[in-house]
Amino acid sequence: MTGLLILLVYVAVFAGSFFAVKFLVQSATRDYTSLKTVTFGDESAVVSNRMASILSIITIFLIWGSFTGSKWVPGFLHAPAAFVGETAFNYTLDNGSGETDVGTVFVKVVDFGEDAENFEVEPGDGAAKNDALAMNAGRSKTLIFDKNDNFKRKDGAKVIAIDGDPIRPKLALESSKGRFVLTDKGAISFTPPQGLQMDPIYLPPPEAVVRRFWEISSEGYRNFTLWQHLGYSLFRVIGGFLFGALIGIPLGYAMGLNGWFRGWFDPIVEFMRPVPPLALIPLIIIWFGIGEVGKIILLFLAALWIMAIAARSGVSGVRITKVHAAYSLGASKWQIMRHVIIPNSLPDIFTGARVAMGVCWGTVVAAELVAASQGAGMMIMVASKFTLTDIVLMGIILIGVIGFGIDMIMRWVERKLVPWKGKA
Amino acid sequence: MSGLGIENISMRFDLPNGSSVQALKDVSLHLEPGELMSVLGPSGCGKTTLLNIVAGFLAPTNGQISLNGHRVEGPDAERGMVFQQGALFEWMNVRDNVSFGPRMGGKKPADYTANVDRLLNIVGLADFKEKAIYELSGGMQQRVALARCLANDPDVILMDEPLGALDALTREKMQSLVLQLWKETGKTIVLITHSVEEALLLGERLLVMAPRPGRIHKEYRLPFADLGVGADLREVKKHPEYNSTREEILAMIWDMEEEIMGRTEETS
Repeated sequence: MTGLLILLVYVAVFAGSFFAVKFLVQSATRDYTSLKTVTFGDESAVVSNRMASILSIITIFLIWGSFTGSKWVPGFLHAPAAFVGETAFNYTLDNGSGETDVGTVFVKVVDFGEDAENFEVEPGDGAAKNDALAMNAGRSKTLIFDKNDNFKRKDGAKVIAIDGDPIRPKLALESSKGRFVLTDKGAISFTPPQGLQMDPIYLPPPEAVVRRFWEISSEGYRNFTLWQHLGYSLFRVIGGFLFGALIGIPLGYAMGLNGWFRGWFDPIVEFMRPVPPLALIPLIIIWFGIGEVGKIILLFLAALWIMAIAARSGVSGVRITKVHAAYSLGASKWQIMRHVIIPNSLPDIFTGARVAMGVCWGTVVAAELVAASQGAGMMIMVASKFTLTDIVLMGIILIGVIGFGIDMIMRWVERKLVPWKGKA
Repeated sequence: MSGLGIENISMRFDLPNGSSVQALKDVSLHLEPGELMSVLGPSGCGKTTLLNIVAGFLAPTNGQISLNGHRVEGPDAERGMVFQQGALFEWMNVRDNVSFGPRMGGKKPADYTANVDRLLNIVGLADFKEKAIYELSGGMQQRVALARCLANDPDVILMDEPLGALDALTREKMQSLVLQLWKETGKTIVLITHSVEEALLLGERLLVMAPRPGRIHKEYRLPFADLGVGADLREVKKHPEYNSTREEILAMIWDMEEEIMGRTEETS
């Protein structure tokens, strides 16, 4: 339910900010694009709205903070919190033959994740004695109210009212104190107001994730520092990718330049390409164990086919006029390879390298989820076993940031090394 | 024997469906050193095939090409080629493109730098030496292609519709440049074109080819190329013989195209 509400809030913020920005922020620029009258269907007229990107990121953090009661989000933006504190309610007990008595239940509700310590209360007078109930916010608890009462359920006693309001089995009674339900056996199940904020077990607030980040980056996790965990993952990716490129690129060139190579390797490459590297993990573990060798071989296999296909299409994509021109200028086969075919294939190889790095990064995290003693994937897997959701979130964010960073670096290198890409 | 000899060239391709195409049949002609010849013809007359055979990219099924007495077996630096477009190397700047031939030939920078600079001056690209190819306009790119071909000092220059992708004004300027370079360098030039006007202006000799099978239909010897060197090409076009020859060739090609259309309709 909360999830649906969050989605509705998100859609509302999306639409609301769209109209707010549209009517409040007047664009003063009169560049060429702003003067176009046909914009629907003209891809070049669609410019990514910077304001929308900023608001999008702010919205995600605001919603995250507001539904987790973050201290970084002002209180008036918080979603209603779950009830925490002390309360009490009365229950009216009927012994089955018309005799009734009222007992009081004192309830202490402690915050998410704290220990709900049992406590004692004065039993009081009458047949229905007072009870104590300790519980956590956001949970329900069933009270066996008649342990200390003179009227017992097994003798036919039953609760007929809560705080004077009649209650019947299986029909919930909602009051300002919370929700009361009688169980099949007649016990009282009490749920204090749950609010809309998430239990940190499901979604910790942003500051908890940041605190974890500082804690783990200074103290480490599972005998390795954070940088060692991330470094291992990166090392595996780069190692696997380099081996894949080292074998895959020459293989692709050979397939692009020679019919025998193409015929020989086409079935293998075309068969292996659609096999997801993740499907190879069990086999790799059986053959090479869970050490570094197995992981690097897995990533090697993930990168190999992508690089081979990229290099092959780079060679096949050379315009025959360029090759003819080079021959007419007196170039030898080797010179054509070195000065025409290789440079001409670089844009394709870079595209392949970016895809391969992305696939390798995804594969290494998945491989570490299965078996590893260090690495980004291992970190979130172990943390999830202990429901340390903040570490899981921190790990996911770091994996995303690093994956994004790798792609940025690849793009930068691409711009430096193949500036002619897409301009020929 | 000096010059370019095209001796009884025939070309026949086998198609996958078992039939075959006679692209060229018994084409023979001889070019003296320094001659400028344009080749014109409707599509499918085999003119590009003929040029590829002369360049050495294709082996003819019959006949042979000889240059200055020896037989042509494959592509070589003695026969330079200028393509319509897309034959420059985007990964090199203008100067490295132009010096490609000498560099591949193992010459030292000291031996070719002056010549490359001189050629870039002639084609008007002295200020664009360091520019990347994709920063140049189409006309500038074709001037680079011309300079690159000349820097290698070939005996014969083969041009496959080198100005086909240019706009009319740029094209006219480039036609003057080709004439100027022809006169200055004294190279043998074979130029393929779709434009009758271009063929008239850039052909001491003009070859009209006919299709199915590709063959020489008629040859002209024209004065316009000589008249056009260093002159305003629009003045040359006012020459009375220019207009009459143009009309004659246009009618000739028109008839051939009509015939092709008719044949296609019959078969379909």
